[in-house]
Amino acid sequence: MGKLFAVVLAIITVVSTAIFVTHTWWLPVDISAHGHAIDHQLAETMLSSGVLFVLSQLALAAFVWRFGDRRDGRAVTTFPGGVTPMVVFAVVLVGAEVLALTFVGSKVWAGIYQTPPDPNSLQIDVQSEQFAFYFRYPGPDGKFGATHPELINEASENYFGLDPKNDVSARDDIVVPTLTIPVNRPVALTLRAKDVGHAFYVPELRIQQDFVPGLSIPLHFTATQTGKYEIVCTQLCGLGHYNMRAYIEVLPAAQFEQWLKDKAAQQ
Amino acid sequence: MRIRSRSLLMIALLGSAAMVTPGAPPAAGAISGKVTYTGTPPKMKPIDMAKEPFCARLHAAAPVLTENAVTGPGNALRWVLVYVSAGDQGSAPSTEPVRLDQRGCQYIPHVLVLQPNQPLDIYNDDSTSHNIHPLAKVNPEWNKSQPVGAPPIHTKWEKPEFIPVKCNVHPWMHGWHLVLATPHYAVSGEDGAFSLQGLPPGKYTITAWQEQFGTQTQDVTISGTETKTIDFVFKATPY
Repeated sequence: MGKLFAVVLAIITVVSTAIFVTHTWWLPVDISAHGHAIDHQLAETMLSSGVLFVLSQLALAAFVWRFGDRRDGRAVTTFPGGVTPMVVFAVVLVGAEVLALTFVGSKVWAGIYQTPPDPNSLQIDVQSEQFAFYFRYPGPDGKFGATHPELINEASENYFGLDPKNDVSARDDIVVPTLTIPVNRPVALTLRAKDVGHAFYVPELRIQQDFVPGLSIPLHFTATQTGKYEIVCTQLCGLGHYNMRAYIEVLPAAQFEQWLKDKAAQQ
Repeated sequence: MRIRSRSLLMIALLGSAAMVTPGAPPAAGAISGKVTYTGTPPKMKPIDMAKEPFCARLHAAAPVLTENAVTGPGNALRWVLVYVSAGDQGSAPSTEPVRLDQRGCQYIPHVLVLQPNQPLDIYNDDSTSHNIHPLAKVNPEWNKSQPVGAPPIHTKWEKPEFIPVKCNVHPWMHGWHLVLATPHYAVSGEDGAFSLQGLPPGKYTITAWQEQFGTQTQDVTISGTETKTIDFVFKATPY
């Protein structure tokens, strides 16, 4: 019975490792300028934790194979010095690995989240609400109108609470439900939430960032491939959470400019 | 005072009885007219339903436009409620069920008028879930999810109230449940026209209500079976 368990353990270890090594269920294509750093970090984490996983599982299988069916009544030799040194050794080993990953990972994280956006970034305001995303561009005047939460009115598509009656800069603001951006140009988003916590998650962009009501959270990235990708909310935000999604459309620069002009004309 | 009131009531009753010819409906007049605007109304903007591919496909050829101020040729104003706000001589509320459809991620009709306790049946005709949420203040507020293929919701409103209705899943979906004590009402059509029928002779206050431009009232006296014509003109602003 002990030998069968050892074989099953070894099979589970080999099969689950093979799934990762062959990238059977792997990340979608990376379409961001910073994504390679995330992917590299992820690969390093997977490799180091994967090696430890394989070694520890195979060691476990080997010990079970060797000692699992002992019937001679002799005690199994314990770790030198007893249990305490073994636990200390394990904690230090795993702790050192986690610390090393954190140190390397924080550099990648800071390189993406703690650096200021390019000053020529395309500025887009994002409003999240149960259960949709809306995106606002400043319009031909280049200025965003001020937002007034008390003026939010879905019936007239005033999702941001603009005051076009008294605020001239709000009149040409473009509000759309699809995030349309040009390829290879830095984009700086400001994330706002109308009601509860939400999240902005685009796997292809390697970005996942929470919205927090009351906070304006900056987020910047550059998309390097054209195409249409899904934005999903990954914070459980209510009954319609499953349906809270939008699309990001990355267009060639000229096509984006034309799209912006067409939208401006509709305001 | 009480004696005088009773006398007046008797006279009114006798008067109305005298006007009724046995076997024929009571004499009634009508009020008809048109609702228009001056100025510049807000643009009717196309609604982008990209988030709900099922509905986006339905409207791919002709996007749905915002309905908070729907205009037509000749400055016509649609979806304006015109009703008797004073002078109604009373009648039993209708018990005919009214129907609200959620179709193509829109409320159809945009403005639904009904009376207290009149049965209301709400259908989801779409291949996507909806969550209807009437923002009632006088009546109890509720919201109900209605998945694909779910049976209709049978409900009613007990008290008169103008209730904005939204969908919790599709933010652009917006409509109104207008609960009126009077059975004399009409909603202006695409040409802005309305008609209030079956009004017994008397003095009435007619109110026109538009969700963005507010209300206007006019006093009208109906005698006999005449049809009076009145028009409402709203002052529209783009914002």
